Amino acid sequence: MDFSTPPYLLNNASVQRVMLQVLAALLPGIGAYVWIFGPIVLVQIALATATALAAEAAMLRLREKPLAPFLTDGSAVVTAWLIALAFPPLAPWWLIVTGTLFAVVIAKHLYGGLGQNPFNPAMIAFAVCIVSFPALMSQWPPAALDLGFAEQARIVFGLAPRVDAIVGATPLDALKTGLKLEEGRVGVSQLLDNREVFGAVAGRGWEWVTAGYLLGGLWLWRRGVVSWHAPLAFLAGLSLLAGGLWLYDPAQFADPLFHLFSGGAMLGAWFIVTDPVSGCTTPKGKLIFGFSAGALAYVIRVFGGYPDGVAFAVLLLNLCAPLIDVYTQPAIFGMKDKSR
Amino acid sequence: MLQLFKFKGGVKPQTNKTQSVGEPIGVAPLPSRLFVPLHQSIGGTPRPLVAAGERVLKGQLIGGADGWISAAVHAPTSGTVRAVAEHVAAHPSGLTTLSVEIEPDGRDEWIERTPIDHGALAPERVRERLREAGVVGLGGAVFPTHGKLTASKTVPMEELVINGAECEPYITCDDLLMRERAEEIVRGVGVFRDLLQPKRVLIGIEDNKPEAVAALQAAAAKLGENFAVVAVPTRYPAGGAKQLIRVLTGKEVPSTKRSTDLGVQCFNVATAYTAWRAVAHGEPVVSRIVTLTGNVERPRNWEALLGTPLAEFVALGGPKPDTDGYLMGGPMMGFAMPTMDAPLVKATNCIIASSPALFPPKAPEMPCIRCGECAKVCPHELQPFELYWFARAKNFGKTQEYHIFDCIECGCCSFVCPSRIPLVQYFRFAKSEIWAREKEKNAADQAKARFEWKTAREEREKAEKAEKLAKAAAAQAAKKAAEAAAAAAGEAAPAPAAAEAATNVPAATNPPLDAEAAKKAAIAAALERARAQRAAVEPKNVDRLTPAQQKDIAEVDARRQQAGIEAPPTAPEESQP
Ligand code: SF4
Ligand code: SF4
Repeated sequence: MDFSTPPYLLNNASVQRVMLQVLAALLPGIGAYVWIFGPIVLVQIALATATALAAEAAMLRLREKPLAPFLTDGSAVVTAWLIALAFPPLAPWWLIVTGTLFAVVIAKHLYGGLGQNPFNPAMIAFAVCIVSFPALMSQWPPAALDLGFAEQARIVFGLAPRVDAIVGATPLDALKTGLKLEEGRVGVSQLLDNREVFGAVAGRGWEWVTAGYLLGGLWLWRRGVVSWHAPLAFLAGLSLLAGGLWLYDPAQFADPLFHLFSGGAMLGAWFIVTDPVSGCTTPKGKLIFGFSAGALAYVIRVFGGYPDGVAFAVLLLNLCAPLIDVYTQPAIFGMKDKSR
Repeated sequence: MLQLFKFKGGVKPQTNKTQSVGEPIGVAPLPSRLFVPLHQSIGGTPRPLVAAGERVLKGQLIGGADGWISAAVHAPTSGTVRAVAEHVAAHPSGLTTLSVEIEPDGRDEWIERTPIDHGALAPERVRERLREAGVVGLGGAVFPTHGKLTASKTVPMEELVINGAECEPYITCDDLLMRERAEEIVRGVGVFRDLLQPKRVLIGIEDNKPEAVAALQAAAAKLGENFAVVAVPTRYPAGGAKQLIRVLTGKEVPSTKRSTDLGVQCFNVATAYTAWRAVAHGEPVVSRIVTLTGNVERPRNWEALLGTPLAEFVALGGPKPDTDGYLMGGPMMGFAMPTMDAPLVKATNCIIASSPALFPPKAPEMPCIRCGECAKVCPHELQPFELYWFARAKNFGKTQEYHIFDCIECGCCSFVCPSRIPLVQYFRFAKSEIWAREKEKNAADQAKARFEWKTAREEREKAEKAEKLAKAAAAQAAKKAAEAAAAAAGEAAPAPAAAEAATNVPAATNPPLDAEAAKKAAIAAALERARAQRAAVEPKNVDRLTPAQQKDIAEVDARRQQAGIEAPPTAPEESQP
């Protein structure tokens, strides 16, 4: 027995268990993704996972750390999956490899490895790639496109040309571009009426994928892996701003539901702003973090130059998280009544 | 029905209590030797009152209480004192403590016992009796009971809380005591009630002990006592005094206050039992109920004499071959007994034989992922991971800002941490370091005070000397002047010259003195600066520790106060995995 220190009794928690649950929670979203866009996303996930594990192993070796608990802790795999899901499914293979490398090597290990990274590695990967390769990162296949797996794979591995018809934009992007092109002659509702692109709620196909993320996220919450504070605040921040502006001018601004179920909102709410390492830790801090990230994501999404704002919003809030924590320390046992 | 409150946090480890409740409390046979440590409770170490070769009777005083917060120690059986010497303590460090070694004579012959009628005596006399009988908190804190039996002068006593929660896994000694000796517990509670005069008496027992609840309810009814015997939800650490007070009364006792300041006081059921034995039977505390469980053939509760060596005690249960150690206390807050010679003491509520199957080796420590699980379960609503980061960085001032001294070391945080960080160990390390620094600082302050006093004295002496010299010189000058005046009578204004001479003399001796004074002033200033610097980096809230906090600290530290400081398992400088 290990006599060093009590308690001698521990529950069965482990970092690996936490990470495996996060991966499991991603499955409904991935399932919907495959169903709607075909299995190419699995190729991307595999690419990212392999890259992440290789990079993790190499970095551990370089930093003279044991491979044993760290390579299998699952954290690199979670990062990899998030990257694969955040990137366009038909992005060239080297893009996802570059992004993943950047996430694991720089955003994670150069900051000290597991538990030490101030920024969410997956969001770093996204931000770096969208700044460096804006065109590639903005090309999303329309769900209506019927393309065989082989053809998709050829595109990813650069064996087939990237034709405009194949690679379009996300519904978010399409809406923004549409509004800009029409310069106010056509309202949001007319644009959204194009069900081919926008589906019933928030982008054909995408609404199912994001609903899958929501399902997984709720499951994580039920299991106690994530608390409700950050995701709920994030969605609230996003919908509040979206709702306000939509009520103000429905011709110019899409409804909140559209925003909730498109782009990275659901993935971000349940899998990104819940990242404990780079987020806030106090309940109040999580609320502030989530709400601000949600509101900021909306602002960048609608008024900024990028198709989606989740990544930049989260990274900005990552920067503030330590400070928010300091100012939101909860009162401790017996000290809640200030008069004492 | 009493309204119950909730405390935040807590965990639900497997209770593992059923194994040891099958048999009634057994009376452990006389061991071949007893090693009775003189220091078994918080407070002053009792003075030995016997010497080698002396014959003692069961219950005879062998260690007199030293100071008011101290509790006497008695011979657990009749026999001969073989030695009064250092013996290994019931402490993880394996350090020794002054102990009385007794060879039993097998007759177990009591000293003359004098019961008292506590109702007819002044409260001070009853408290004194408890002190003389060595009655201390048997829930594990071993704080002398008489020291807790005085109500606050300003706050009326509202509730007396009696702790029968027994929330730690494996331990069942209080459960069995409540089942079998409920009446005496209730009578003991009556003594406490009479001393403290609370409005209500609440007895809290975790709801996994229905037999104990029923037994106490029946006993209270039989004796016509209006005590509320309440089943509280089973959740570790519901048996922590502050948690139980919270659950039963809704009051949160902050670490800066005594519970009596909030009109509430808390005692363990076994303490009430021993108090009654002391009052009504004149029996001092010479034995206690100890659960023997874990990796043994016959788990059971035993009434064992204090001082029984571990080896002889565990033999009663038949340890299985793969037993690899023994824990004293529960698996959450207990510790590994250092050797088989270590004795059972007043704080020993449970001995658990461990095996690799029961307590598997811990997984390697991973870096903190800030998941916040530890904060979720902390019953004192601390942020354990913040404490961990600061303790690890040896930023002890920050650990105090984040309330490290509110940590009761319950182990809930370590229990759930997915990174398997031995958080409690880091907290103990930080606390010990802070205490050590505090001590050092006090020592330095004393040295400084001594130095300053000495310097001041020297200066005073010098000044006095100088003054004397000056006076002498002045006198001489005056004399000379007078002589001169006498000699040259008629010459004008001799007196001013004399006066000038007189004032000039001390002025002439001044410069060297001044230089010295300047040097001293410089030294003093440097010292003051150093002190200010120290104060700046020094932990802040130690200075404001209240008696209650100090008591808590003392309790927390009780088990390791004689020990070396345990350092955290990994080198704290290494900031990354
Ligand atoms: S439970 Fe462990 S890993 Fe999680 S925040 Fe607390 S110390 Fe860190
Ligand atoms: S050991 Fe201390 S920090 Fe950890 S849960 Fe218990 S009280 Fe909180």
